[in-house]
Amino acid sequence: MSTAVESPPPVVEAPVRRAEALLRARELGIVVAIVVVFVLTTLHNHAFAKSGSLQQLLTGASIIALLAVGETLVIITRNVDLSVGSVVGLSAYLVGDLFVKHPGMPVILGFVVGTGIGLGIGLVNGLITTVTRVPSLVVTLAALYIVRGIDALIVHGRRIDPISVPKSYSVVGYKAILGVPWIAIIVTLIVVAVGYAMRSFRSSRELYAIGSNPEAATLAGIPAGRRVVTAFAISGALAGLSGALFLAEYATVDATAGNGYELSVIAAVVVGGVAIFGGSGTVIGAALGALLLNTINQALVASRISAFWDQAIAGGLLLGTIAFDRWLSLRIARSLRSAEGARRDV
Amino acid sequence: MTEPDHEAPPALLLEKASKSFGAVHALIDGSITLYPGEAHALLGENGAGKSTLVKILAGVHHPDGGRLLVGDRRVSFSGPAAARDAGVSIIYQEPTLFPDLSVAENIFVGRHPLTSGRRIDRAEMRRQTTAVFRQLGVQLDPDRPARGLSVADQQIVEIAKALSFNANVIVMDEPTAALATVEVERLFEVMRALREQGAAVMFISHRLEEVFESCQRVTIMRDGRFVKTSAIEKLTIDDVIRSMVGRDLDALFPKTQTTRGDELLEVEHLSSEGVFSDISFSVRQGEIVGLAGLVGAGRSEVARAIFGIDRRTSGTVTVGGKQLPNGSPLAAMAAGVGFVPEDRRQQGLVMDLSIDHNVALASLRRLRRLGLIRRSSERNLANAWAEKLQLTFGRMKNAVSTLSGGNQQKVVLAKWLARRPSVLIIDEPTRGIDIGTKAEVHRILDELVSDGVAVLMISSELPEVLGMADRVLVLREGRLVSELSRAEADEASIMRAATGQLQGSPA
Repeated sequence: MSTAVESPPPVVEAPVRRAEALLRARELGIVVAIVVVFVLTTLHNHAFAKSGSLQQLLTGASIIALLAVGETLVIITRNVDLSVGSVVGLSAYLVGDLFVKHPGMPVILGFVVGTGIGLGIGLVNGLITTVTRVPSLVVTLAALYIVRGIDALIVHGRRIDPISVPKSYSVVGYKAILGVPWIAIIVTLIVVAVGYAMRSFRSSRELYAIGSNPEAATLAGIPAGRRVVTAFAISGALAGLSGALFLAEYATVDATAGNGYELSVIAAVVVGGVAIFGGSGTVIGAALGALLLNTINQALVASRISAFWDQAIAGGLLLGTIAFDRWLSLRIARSLRSAEGARRDV
Repeated sequence: MTEPDHEAPPALLLEKASKSFGAVHALIDGSITLYPGEAHALLGENGAGKSTLVKILAGVHHPDGGRLLVGDRRVSFSGPAAARDAGVSIIYQEPTLFPDLSVAENIFVGRHPLTSGRRIDRAEMRRQTTAVFRQLGVQLDPDRPARGLSVADQQIVEIAKALSFNANVIVMDEPTAALATVEVERLFEVMRALREQGAAVMFISHRLEEVFESCQRVTIMRDGRFVKTSAIEKLTIDDVIRSMVGRDLDALFPKTQTTRGDELLEVEHLSSEGVFSDISFSVRQGEIVGLAGLVGAGRSEVARAIFGIDRRTSGTVTVGGKQLPNGSPLAAMAAGVGFVPEDRRQQGLVMDLSIDHNVALASLRRLRRLGLIRRSSERNLANAWAEKLQLTFGRMKNAVSTLSGGNQQKVVLAKWLARRPSVLIIDEPTRGIDIGTKAEVHRILDELVSDGVAVLMISSELPEVLGMADRVLVLREGRLVSELSRAEADEASIMRAATGQLQGSPA
């Protein structure tokens, strides 16, 4: 170390654009990863590219992807919703039970009721979090157990069988149009709609602001409490809808339905590039994260690799993602600093 | 300079506003009148109540009493949004940006321009941002995220935000602290333009030359009270300083003549990158050295680096002839240094623990027998020091959170004195405690130096520095700018050094 003088960083052509490109590339990167896993597995086992197996990829990812959409809204505000798995279980059973008791009920009502149940639980989560200022990690952990407990009481060892679920309802779970399962179409529509809304409306941009700097959000006059309650309500509602879709997909529901989903969802959200401490990320990224994790899962099955590897790989992927995020944010910060130096006219 | 139109009704009038936080009266009489077209400086020492007043205008704090008029309407802000809607815009000392959002979104958050269907109109947002930046004469990419902006650029974004509101009243809480000269000049141009458009600008700064350069009227506060409002041309810098600090010095500051011994604490070329640099001084046995300066000058940071809480980038700290390793409070303690931190609730005490536990906390190593600590030895230690420091308490096993601020401070002192330190660093010894206990803390400090301890005292209260210190070091923006003997030091000389008026101004 002879001199302490740093040489000036090389002037980069529009480094800001490059930083943005890196951010955008995040979703692209996940798509690339999905394609790579898919191609490698197909080379190994040609059956993997068959349409039935493709449908399975989409169907299997749909529920986690839908849950990831709601979870993303909550995590963007620097909160977390751990109750989604339990909500799926409760909503799936209650909707199924409704079909058992009123076999002639209009099918659409099943989705409405499921969504309503989730909405109610989400509202309670949000209100408790904002009013008592107890960390949402604790509030929704409690909700996870309470909702699961209520579910167990109601189910009471029984279960919903495929016979009780009307054909016109379960068709959503297995029928496909042009090779794309209905359930995947529904989830994709929701992902795109919410993704668009998160870019285009004041209130959704305020969710990012709250997660990015909570104190500044208050000073800017953002009704942070109301926004956070809304995020939890949407997360709950989507979890309730996921429960209704769960019933359509599997047609069998017992007290363990949706067990442990919350962790798969958070894994998908983080892999999808949503910052775990809030402020950034997209629902499209989160949904793609769910698809990537499911693709890996199915690829292992198709390659006849023990399913035990699945969880280890998911864990490794999470660590890799977090390390990548850290590296990326340091890199972006550096390129932004040099951008500023280049652009000041002083 | 355009004369503010005093015949016109005031743009904003705050009268006898008060605000207390628990037992602390942050603001007793906050009064200020801002006329359209004037730049009005609000001046006062640290802790004079300026920030509380600003937060009342911002709608962050709700005043306990007094009245607030904006235009000719009496208002009571329910929150920051209400203040903004009434046309009051605040630029805070610390930028309050959203690092993940773009620069343009930072400016328009919560009030984005909309297209049909209430969607955000990004093109319009970018256009308006560019327009404000052009008005300010800066080039910043509206689309880049705020993360990574320098403090000066962050401040520019804050200013752009305030401008984009078209506010009638703009409050700037030390906006220039982080700005370079060119940027300050530009800010003053903007202020002038705003005034010409009829806005009232309230300006807080510790750089008095800026105030004299850019403001027409001054309001001075002291100890949470309004002192006076005056036209700037009727005042000199010395008048202003006298009004800011003028206070009676009485028996609050006992001072015994002591004989100075060896240099116990020697600090040489101490630097911490970006915080302070090249600080050298020494403290002798039996002397109190006061470390003065404005908030943010780096006083506490110097103390933390000496004690080893923060690592230093270069320089040495020597205690009793032995050099301290970098970044090790344990080594500093072993060498005989005690450190009473600035924030006793967060850093000095474990609030939920009992009085005796807290007193014994720094002496546990000495109290243990075979690795175990006996309750009785803790209690004996605490009782001895409670008596010595005249601690007022209910029972030893009560949590320290039940004590008054003054008695809490005595517990922190007891904790360190129980270790019999040879060097005591004490940051804000009497912040937020009542006058009677203040005098007692000063008496304790005086006794300590009589016993041969070397004391380094940081204080924002000038009378305390003047009353207690044998020598005064003044920090300004991370540099040691002045060393004054007890005879040389007075309020004016310290304030001049702290605000960068060293070259002397026409008195």
